[in-house]
Amino acid sequence: MVRSGTLILNVAARLLLPLQLMFSLFLLLRGHDEPGGGVIAGLVAAGAFALYLFAYGRRALEAMLKVSPRDLIGVGLLLGVASTLPAWWHGQPFLTAQWWTIPLIEVEASTPLVFDIGVYLVVLGSVLTAIVALVETDDDA
Amino acid sequence: MQYAVLGGFCVAAMAPLLYRWFGARTAGVMALLPAAIAAWLMAQWPTIAGGGTLWREWAWVPGLDITLTFMIDGLAWLFAMLITVIGTLVLIYSGEYLHGHRDLPRFLVVITAFMMSMLGLVLADNLVALFVFWELTSITSYLLIGFNHTDPVARKSAQQGLFVTVGGGLALLAGFVMLALAGESWSLAELTERGEQLKAHALYAPLLVCVLLGAFTKSAQFPFHFWLPNAMAAPTPVSAYLHSATMVKAGIYLLARLHPALGGTEAWVVTLSLVGALTMASGAFLAIQHTNIKKLLAYSTVMALGTLTMLLGIGTETALAAFVVFLLGHSLYKGALFMVAGILDHETGTKEVTAMGGLRHAMPRTALVTVVAALSLAGLPPLVGFIGKESMLESLLAAEHHRAVILPMAFFAAFLTLAVAAIVAIRPFFGGWRETPRTPHEPPGGMLAGPALLAALSLLFGLAPGLLDSLVGVTVAGIGAPQAEVHLALWHGLNLPLVLSLASLVLGALVFRRWDRLRSWLARLEPLMARGPEAGYEASMRGLTRVAEWQTRFLQNGYIRNYLVMTLLVLLGLVGHALLMRQTPNLTFALDLYLHEALVAGLMVAGAVAACVMRSRLAAVAAVGVMGYSIALTFVLFSAPDLAITQLLVETLTVILLVLVLFRLPRFATLSTPIERLRDLVVAGLSGGLITLLMLAVLSGDRLPRISDYMVANSQPLGHGHNIVNVILVDFRALDTLGEMFVLALAAIGVYAMLRFHAEEYEARNASRIWRGDNG
Repeated sequence: MVRSGTLILNVAARLLLPLQLMFSLFLLLRGHDEPGGGVIAGLVAAGAFALYLFAYGRRALEAMLKVSPRDLIGVGLLLGVASTLPAWWHGQPFLTAQWWTIPLIEVEASTPLVFDIGVYLVVLGSVLTAIVALVETDDDA
Repeated sequence: MQYAVLGGFCVAAMAPLLYRWFGARTAGVMALLPAAIAAWLMAQWPTIAGGGTLWREWAWVPGLDITLTFMIDGLAWLFAMLITVIGTLVLIYSGEYLHGHRDLPRFLVVITAFMMSMLGLVLADNLVALFVFWELTSITSYLLIGFNHTDPVARKSAQQGLFVTVGGGLALLAGFVMLALAGESWSLAELTERGEQLKAHALYAPLLVCVLLGAFTKSAQFPFHFWLPNAMAAPTPVSAYLHSATMVKAGIYLLARLHPALGGTEAWVVTLSLVGALTMASGAFLAIQHTNIKKLLAYSTVMALGTLTMLLGIGTETALAAFVVFLLGHSLYKGALFMVAGILDHETGTKEVTAMGGLRHAMPRTALVTVVAALSLAGLPPLVGFIGKESMLESLLAAEHHRAVILPMAFFAAFLTLAVAAIVAIRPFFGGWRETPRTPHEPPGGMLAGPALLAALSLLFGLAPGLLDSLVGVTVAGIGAPQAEVHLALWHGLNLPLVLSLASLVLGALVFRRWDRLRSWLARLEPLMARGPEAGYEASMRGLTRVAEWQTRFLQNGYIRNYLVMTLLVLLGLVGHALLMRQTPNLTFALDLYLHEALVAGLMVAGAVAACVMRSRLAAVAAVGVMGYSIALTFVLFSAPDLAITQLLVETLTVILLVLVLFRLPRFATLSTPIERLRDLVVAGLSGGLITLLMLAVLSGDRLPRISDYMVANSQPLGHGHNIVNVILVDFRALDTLGEMFVLALAAIGVYAMLRFHAEEYEARNASRIWRGDNG
């Protein structure tokens, strides 16, 4: 069984999780200009959840996540496909990037960003699905 | 027009819903669709008769030059008319035939979808569109032959029909690609104008072989004819529609359509006329051995298809005119006769003509319809079948090639067909009364209307052949004889064809009289028949199964190490071959190495070696981890932070996953023999060497333009990002990334399913022992 039960790991996991998740979001959002991006950010987040999983077990992780990792994959794929559609609206070839500036807060939004979020969710969901599935069979054994 | 066809598919899909609204009358309601299309086609007749062509442009995949453009000329009009008119009648008929059948909605879905596919096939101008419709007809035919899916014979026949026609379809696809390459166009209209260019092209011979294979399998030409009689396992409306009047004529249509483009060469003339004649003769010969009315008719369909192919092969103006008349006549009488066969089966409960007799008393109207249609089949005046046969014989007498072979075969087929017609019309309806499983009486009007109308048309066109002159004229013009003046007549005077007809009448009557004795005599040929083309099909199917079993045992054996070896060997073969053929390996490179770089490289090698020789799994995992982190370090040293971060994270997660997996593995053991390990060492060494060579080739080569320059230059202006790696991933190469996302998702689902099902099996085994409640 992989639940550690050691105090140090438990406390560390609880403290590190929010930090790691924030870091992963930071990597995701800045990825277009600085090192980072959806894949890396997804892996960081998966690592964070894996740590939590080892410290507290599968049920605790599922209770915290609320959604199944498999649903994350689905949502990610949907976002990835959805980001291809706005170009269609303008009559441009499939997947042509679209850029908008959101008026009041002067933030740039774009289809590559939506796409990258899709990548993030697929990577996170896939890795977590595999890890949780492995832990699950351990539980049963 | 495209709306009609595509909308037709939607109507097909709605059949179950319509069935809920209209119940048993659904078939009649759905028959309105082909009837409306037929009416529209009729309204276009003046344009077509004037030699005009209707175009309906429709772009489909413009980038690949694929259109859904429909073209209606005489040939397409004739086929579309046959499809819609007979389709209407068949739908009405099947509503009665399958009355109360619980799968009637499913039947209507498939047969309507087939109708639309067939319509698309004859109207499409683009080769790709034609091919798509072509395959759709094969698939719908498969579903219809196997309609009674609880019957193993029907399933087997459906599979056989599918394999033969789809196998031919593959050849056809290759043929179409070559055709488009040779003619530099995907449009049939353009290709038919480039006949000279095509016939002079180097690809002419291979493309002809492929196209003919496709057409011959579809139209049941010898030696592929065997699937058609077996397809009679389908409900009778299907036999009447697909396997006599329409689908099997798709191959004939294609040959006719391509006649101006490919026809007239010696290869074309000899192949088509000989294969056609052989099919014609063998179809007629095989027909009289059967007593099942549907098989009798099926083999006579094979005979007719052979005749049509042969006439296209001969290709003279008279032959083409005979082709059109014969085609029309055959569709009319064969559709009618199949529907009558269905009526007989429905009313008497048997399909054996020898078990029926004297039915004219119980079903006088059916008897009349049958006699008229059978007269047309026999080729007797005053029916359209007679005109077709006469003009066929006339064109054969004028044939230039192999007349000495073809003419006797045609005569042979003619008198046997006459005997078949007599058997079908006389055996069930005349002679002494015989008890049948069911007590027969006249069928409902909806069932008799179709055959009656078709028989009436056969008679009408026979009595007034002048009605057909302009139709045959424009059709023949589309097939490649633009100046043909067609004047059909019932009476040609006392000439050689008429003499031949009279002779065949006498011989046919003789065969009919002696049919029972002839059959028992022919039964002695049974062992020879068992070695026919169908046996070849069976043998090749068995061979296919054996190959599948062998390759499953050998290649797909479930051991990941074997998959790995195979994958690497294929990679080595392909990449290594390409590399060594195109580049001379450049083994000289300047080695200026800093100490820390050498250290990292050494660490990498040490990690790899350690992972191979470790006797403990955990240690091996750690060693692999060392190697991975060294690679990440290399990325850092050569300033690729994105790659370094990714590598680090992947390494970390890999270690986690491996540790989780290690929990579940049995104790470490050495399972492979030294020879196997030597093999693995060789494969691994070669793979490493190949990658090294590849790297050297990439680094030394100035001949390959650097793609990264474009990325560096355009990342900010086009992609609005400074991180080139990310811009490539989400913008420049986003389609690749999208594909990879799906691969990743599939892999995760695969892992989940594998572990999950394993766990469930495990749980099921333990369920009786331990009750654990709901723990997912």
